[in-house]
Amino acid sequence: MFSLEHITNSIQQWLYSTFNPTMALILECTIVMLLAIGLFAVLGLVLVLMERKVAARMQIRLGPNRVGPRGMLQTAADTLKLMMKEGLTPNGADKFLFNLAPFIVMIAAMLILAPIAFAKGFQIWDINIGVLYVSAVSSVSVIGILMAGWASNNKYSLLGAMRSGAQIVSYELSAGLSIISIVVLAGSLQISDIIASQQTGWWLFRGHIPAVIAFVIFIIAVTAETNRAPFDLAEAESELTAGFHTEYSGMKFALFFLAEYINIFIVCAIGATLFLGGWMPLHIGHWEGFNHIMDYIPSSVWFLGKTFFLIFLIMWFRWTFPRLRVDQLLSLEWKYLLPISMFNLLLITLIAIMGWHF
Amino acid sequence: MYRETQIINSGHTILSAGGDLGGAADGGELVINVGPQHPATHGVLHLVITLQGETIQKIEPHLGYIHRSIEKMCESLSYRQFIYVTSRMDYLSAHINNHACALCVEKGLQLEIPPRARVIRVLMDELTRIASHELWWGAMAMDLGAFTPFFYAFRERETINDIMEETCGARLTMNYMVPGGVMYDIHPNFQKRVKDFIQLFNNKIDEYDDLVTGNIIFQNRTKGVGVLTKEDAISFGCTGPVGRGSGVPCDIRKLYPYEVYDKVSFDEIIETGGDSYARYLVRIKEMRQSIRIVEQLIDNIPDGEFQAKTKAVLKLPKGEFYSRVETARGELGVYIVSEGGTTPYRIKFRSPGFSNLSALDHISRGSKIGDLMAIMGTLDLVIPDIDR
Repeated sequence: MFSLEHITNSIQQWLYSTFNPTMALILECTIVMLLAIGLFAVLGLVLVLMERKVAARMQIRLGPNRVGPRGMLQTAADTLKLMMKEGLTPNGADKFLFNLAPFIVMIAAMLILAPIAFAKGFQIWDINIGVLYVSAVSSVSVIGILMAGWASNNKYSLLGAMRSGAQIVSYELSAGLSIISIVVLAGSLQISDIIASQQTGWWLFRGHIPAVIAFVIFIIAVTAETNRAPFDLAEAESELTAGFHTEYSGMKFALFFLAEYINIFIVCAIGATLFLGGWMPLHIGHWEGFNHIMDYIPSSVWFLGKTFFLIFLIMWFRWTFPRLRVDQLLSLEWKYLLPISMFNLLLITLIAIMGWHF
Repeated sequence: MYRETQIINSGHTILSAGGDLGGAADGGELVINVGPQHPATHGVLHLVITLQGETIQKIEPHLGYIHRSIEKMCESLSYRQFIYVTSRMDYLSAHINNHACALCVEKGLQLEIPPRARVIRVLMDELTRIASHELWWGAMAMDLGAFTPFFYAFRERETINDIMEETCGARLTMNYMVPGGVMYDIHPNFQKRVKDFIQLFNNKIDEYDDLVTGNIIFQNRTKGVGVLTKEDAISFGCTGPVGRGSGVPCDIRKLYPYEVYDKVSFDEIIETGGDSYARYLVRIKEMRQSIRIVEQLIDNIPDGEFQAKTKAVLKLPKGEFYSRVETARGELGVYIVSEGGTTPYRIKFRSPGFSNLSALDHISRGSKIGDLMAIMGTLDLVIPDIDR
């Protein structure tokens, strides 16, 4: 069976047999770094195109279809345009913070990539507190957004950053509680352990209704955390023009834009890992033949398929719902999602202790 | 002069649109400029908003960015010509504006309009009203952050524009009215295409309700937002869907029927909520009523002339003439003072948008910025109509 694990293992063996251990480690780091940056570039291009195609499909129009075959090079052309644009810095802005902010958002997005398992045995860093690491680092990006809003010296940006701060800090709680409920079921914080615990079935199906509730809350919370419609109050095009990135142009804007899509990918990857079994193929009980066929599909395809399905869900929300108001957004979190997910966590703990899950 | 004083009094920061944090007034208030270039104002409206956090303390509309002195221009145009300038006031109900002017001139000339022309005028009025409400529906949803309805609305609106194009030769500012009737007879395809449109629209209007009206987020965003009481609606002079959303029966088509409106059956939609949701419902239901009017008339266009015989040069007798119609946004009044010459001595338009805008400050105080978009969306402001 095709697996990326063999490739990574053979590369590692070759490196360690050819170079001394320090040199091999440095080379490995370089390769991983290049791969991560390459993945970012590709993800940015693919997701932006996907969003535009999905939006077009929902809005009864064609979407990009002129540049390249079926418009596939449209995002590459857009990137080129953004790179050639002048990156303006407003006169009244705090220049250091203004220019630093997009990089903080981008670096935070890059860091979360580390513990994600893209395929069987294809993971940058299988840290033993993987899930905790992810929720910790993902909150860093709010600093970048606040920084951008404040340093722009623009009232719209400030309002956008203020909203974003309140929003991300609030929804972090529900997202965290949903993640914890799966940690309770799996009994580990390590991503590879969580995936391994779903060998016989995904937690979404095995954890009864509480797991489904946790999944729904997780999807709502991460939509809010990534500032996507219907929770895009930080950008709120019709209210705050573009919110925290009103003053950004050129490549600095592109970094925010890219970070948004990378963040969507990451939260969907986490969701796929926790609830849908990551790279684990779909197995149903004792249907040996069916399970065997499912095993033939490469694990990377399973992972990317699940992730892109969740991404599609989030894009679907964006092109369907109107935006919430800022007080409704916060009351949704504090009055509904948080109490529900706390109670839900208790239920899941009970299920885990009593061993009621499948 | 008034504007200059205002700007100096509130500090120089008003001029830099959203640009300077130094504009914070006393007591932690933040003065923010929405417009003249802003996605939610749908035109060059400039609102100076005083905020406390996200709560609106005061809104001060600054007008004049698109003032073209249409009323003054009309004074140097003949009675045939000035009608078409008014297409550029409320460009979304251009045909209805022209209708108001034509009615006023006809009142002065005491012209008898052929029945065929009357019916064609009303048909075009109602199609224009539907097109205008369609655009409003899409733009309103977009203000609230939902982009997709805009495209759905335009799908149907395009059909109306195509019908207009075929008969009038233009899609938006049709210039189809002349004193005494309409400029050309309807296109041979007109009836068939309108019937096709009725069928299409009846299928699609329920889709609008499914997509937006029933949406829980949408209802939360609009219910109880920007409440305009009946008394306030009357004292601000709000007409059209804004007035009717507050329970004021103000449909000119019912109160002072013109053309054939007294012969067709349709309901005046009145909601008593007074909030954004009520104004929204009025417009949605009005589209169904307009379709009802079109359905009644489309098979009953009488034969005969489409234009009354008029002289080449029109001269109104000395005196004052006033006519009013119901546009998509409310009551449009046209007031002509004639000295007996070939051009009007003085013209005044009573535009619905101006009165409706005047209620904005009153109903938005204490709301959030997000509410302002819902309120402005349901007031359905068309800036060239306000500024003229």
